[in-house]
Amino acid sequence: MILVQEADFDTQQQYQALQQDCPQIGAIVTFVGLMRDFNEGDQVSSLFLEHYPGMTEKVLEDIRQQAMQRWQLNQIRIVHRVGELAPSDQIVFVGVSSAHRGDAFAACEFVMDFLKTQAPFWKREQTPEGSRWVEARQSDDKAADRWNDESK
Amino acid sequence: MNMPKSLSLRFFARLRDDLNTSEESLVLPEQVTTVEELKQYLCLRGDNWQAALNTPGLFAAVEQKVVDWDTPLEGHEEVAFFPPVTGG
Repeated sequence: MILVQEADFDTQQQYQALQQDCPQIGAIVTFVGLMRDFNEGDQVSSLFLEHYPGMTEKVLEDIRQQAMQRWQLNQIRIVHRVGELAPSDQIVFVGVSSAHRGDAFAACEFVMDFLKTQAPFWKREQTPEGSRWVEARQSDDKAADRWNDESK
Repeated sequence: MNMPKSLSLRFFARLRDDLNTSEESLVLPEQVTTVEELKQYLCLRGDNWQAALNTPGLFAAVEQKVVDWDTPLEGHEEVAFFPPVTGG
């Protein structure tokens, strides 16, 4: 399940959807990304998230399918917000259910690493000096790259 | 009548700001056959185009999928240019 939306999301509702009365599930891992009020040493008062409608959903679905093939999973849910956000707002939710925790942990991190480097979202942040586009981080590329190094 | 094929061009984030445009429709000249050639062709429009499109790490997508620069174009595709992504 993939959702790209302006509205906030309810983590409890997402958790329940992952659990779904399914007795084969032994582990649920969830990740929530929040908006920080600082970046590169500056105060950030708000954030605008732009995306490429259509392509965003395709890329997220592709990442989801890759993870489903790579690990033994029951379900993956991805919710990503767009538009205007304030500090402490929830930005992204990734939830994975599986029979075992190892697969759930790995798949959740895999989805986030690829979401950060491949999904067409861009952040523009408001600082006391004005608004600026957030620069991509090399550390995010490295985090995604390590999944290619590891044997399946 | 033979309607000329036209390409749908899209620009995002910093690129859209720098170029002051988010999308346009373009009839591809005959000599432009790849994504790289399209970029070079757009660079001829002026200094701001050249500066915006020659940024390191620029991505190109054809039909909403990131592609290599030597990807061929037929002239009816949706082509997007954008800077490195920063979501999550």
